[in-house]
Amino acid sequence: MSSTSQTPAPAAAVTPAQPKVRRRRGIRRLNTRDRVVVALLLGIPLLLDLVFVWFPAIGTVLLSFTKWNGVGSLHTKTCQPNMPSILNNGCWYGVQNYHQAATIYPEFWPAVRHNLIWLAVFVLIATPLGMLFAVLIDRGIRGSRMYQSILFLPVMLSLALVGIIWEFMYSQNFGLINTVIGRNGNDNAIDWLGNPHLNLWAVLVEATWRQAGYVMVLYLAGLKAVDPTLREAALMDGANAWQTFWRVIFPVMRPINIVIMVVTVIESLRAFDLVYITNKGINGLELLSVLVTSNIVGETQRVGFGSALGVVLLVISLVPISIFLYQTFRREESR
Amino acid sequence: MTTDTLSRPIAEPAAGPSGPRKPKPWGQIASQVFLICASILWLLPIAFALYVAVRPYSDTRKYGYVSMPHHITFKNFSDAWTQSDMGHFFWNSVLITVPAVIIVLALASGVAFVLTRVNVKLNVALLILFTAGNLLPQQVIITPLYRIYLKIHLPGFLSGSGLMYNSLFGLVVINVAFQLGFCVFVLSNYMKSIPEEMYEAALVDGAGLWTRFWKLTLPLCRPALAALATLLTTWIYNDFFWAITLMSSGDKRPVTSALANLQGQFVSNQNLIAAAAMIAAVPTLVVYVLLQKQFIAGLSLGSSKG
Repeated sequence: MSSTSQTPAPAAAVTPAQPKVRRRRGIRRLNTRDRVVVALLLGIPLLLDLVFVWFPAIGTVLLSFTKWNGVGSLHTKTCQPNMPSILNNGCWYGVQNYHQAATIYPEFWPAVRHNLIWLAVFVLIATPLGMLFAVLIDRGIRGSRMYQSILFLPVMLSLALVGIIWEFMYSQNFGLINTVIGRNGNDNAIDWLGNPHLNLWAVLVEATWRQAGYVMVLYLAGLKAVDPTLREAALMDGANAWQTFWRVIFPVMRPINIVIMVVTVIESLRAFDLVYITNKGINGLELLSVLVTSNIVGETQRVGFGSALGVVLLVISLVPISIFLYQTFRREESR
Repeated sequence: MTTDTLSRPIAEPAAGPSGPRKPKPWGQIASQVFLICASILWLLPIAFALYVAVRPYSDTRKYGYVSMPHHITFKNFSDAWTQSDMGHFFWNSVLITVPAVIIVLALASGVAFVLTRVNVKLNVALLILFTAGNLLPQQVIITPLYRIYLKIHLPGFLSGSGLMYNSLFGLVVINVAFQLGFCVFVLSNYMKSIPEEMYEAALVDGAGLWTRFWKLTLPLCRPALAALATLLTTWIYNDFFWAITLMSSGDKRPVTSALANLQGQFVSNQNLIAAAAMIAAVPTLVVYVLLQKQFIAGLSLGSSKG
C-alpha cells in the first residue's frame, strides 16, 4: 500500500517542539509533589510494559542465537560441534537455529507457506469483502443498521468459539455442508477439517467470516468521517460512484487504509487460535505461531530454536508496524 | 469462500458504474440481494450450532444434524454446565477479566495524561514504545515470557503454585501489559482534544497535577473509558493464547481456553459441545446486544485518529 518501508523510528522519536500550538507544562516547572505524581503515573506502566513486553521481545532475539533446553543456565561460550547435546546447553549457537529451521526442520517451509496463504486470503478476500460491506452499508440503504449488526456478530466471538461453531458446518457425516452437497455418506464424505489439502482453506473460510466484519466496522468509521462535501463535489464534476470512491474517497482515507493494512498483516501473523482449536495446528494447519508455541510448551523444549521462529515473525511484523508508526507519529510532529 | 465469491459479482455493479446522482433502483436491489445473502451466510453457522445444541444426542445420532426437530430440549445446556463445571471456569474468567480491565484503564489513563499534558522529554518516543508493544504478535514475546513466568515466585495468596506461571495473577499481568499500549494510544488521542483553556483555568485555581488528572481529565474521558472498557472486556474474555501457553492445568483456565479441554471431554457427544460453546458465548452476546455502540466506538477511536 505504501512504499515507505524503511524504519522511520529515529525521525519520529525526536520530541516535538510545539510552542504555539499547545503549551505543555514543562517538567522543570513542576513542584516536588507533581513530580512524584508524574513519576508514578508514568513509571509503573512503563516498568510493566518494559518488563513483560519489550524485555521478552529483545530476549527472543538474543535467545534465538543460543542452544538451550530451558534447564540449567545460559552462558556465552560457543557451542562445540560434535558434542552430545546434553553438554552443549545454554551456549552460543550463532545462526545455527535459523540455518536448521530453513534446511532440516520439516514443518518450517509449510508453515511459512500457510502463513503467506493466510495473508493472501486476508488481503485479497477478507479485507476487500469487509470494505465492500462498509461501502454498501455507508450508502444508507434500507436496513443498513441491521446488516451491520449481523455482519459484525462474529467479531464479538472468540476465535476458539468460531472454530467450534464451524465444526458443525464441516462435520464429516452430519455437517451442514456435506449434507447439502450430498457427500455425507460414509465412503464419499469430504473430511473438510481432516484432509491436509482442504483444511487450511476450510479454516480460512472461518477466519474470513470473522475478519470481514472487523474490517467493515473499521472502514465504516473511516467512511463516516469523510467530509460529505467531497462526495458532492465529485458528483457535481460528473464522477460516477466507482470513480468517486477510488479517486476521491479512497485517497483521503489513507490513515484508515494503513490501519487496516496493519490489522490485516498482524492478524494473519498472529493466527493461532483457530488452527489450535481445530487440530492443534498439525497435519496441514502448521503456522509459524504454532511452531513457536510447540517448541516452548511442548515436551521437547527448544528455547533457542523456538525463539528463532519468533524472530521470523518479529521481522515480518516490523514492516507494517513501522509504516503505521511513521504515518501516525509523523503527523504528530507537524501538528 | 465459494459462496462469497459467487455472490460478489451480483453486487459489483452496485459499487460499480451504477448510480451517479441518485443510485439507480437496480443498483439498490443488487446491494440488497447481496447483503441479504451475506447476512444469511453470516448467521447460518451460529444458528446451526444453536440448533445442534437444542436437540438431544439420540435425535441427531439417528437423523443427522440436518433434519427436522423431533425433540427440542434444553437439557444439553444444563448437562454441559454441570458435567464440565463451567461455573468454575466462568469464575476464573471473571477473576482475570475484571481486575485486568480496571488496572489497564487506570494505568493507561495516567500514562496518556502525562504524555499529553506534561512536557516529558521523549514524549513521542514513549508513546511509540507503548503503541508498538501492542502491535507485536504475541508469539514474538512468548518464549522469554514463558521462562520469566517460570522464574518469578509469588506468595501463596497470589498463586497456588507459588509461581507466576499457572496463576490467575500472571494472566492478569500479561493481559494488562499487552493491552496497555492500545489504551495509551487511544486515550492520549482523546485527551489531546481537551481544550488547553480548561487546564489554564484549573491552574489559576491552584490545582495540582493530580487534581488536574483525577478531577478534570478523567471525568472528561468518560466516553472513551466506557468504550475501551467494553472492548477490553470482550478481548480479555476472548483471550485464548495467553491462557493456553501460560497455564498448564485445566482447572485454572478461563472459560474461553477451557473450551479446548471440553472438546476432549465431550468428544462422544457433540451436542454437549455445541451447548457449552453457546453458554461460553453468552457474555459476549450480552455485550453485543447491550453495548454494541460502545464496542464499535472503541474500535473507531483506535483507528480513526491513527
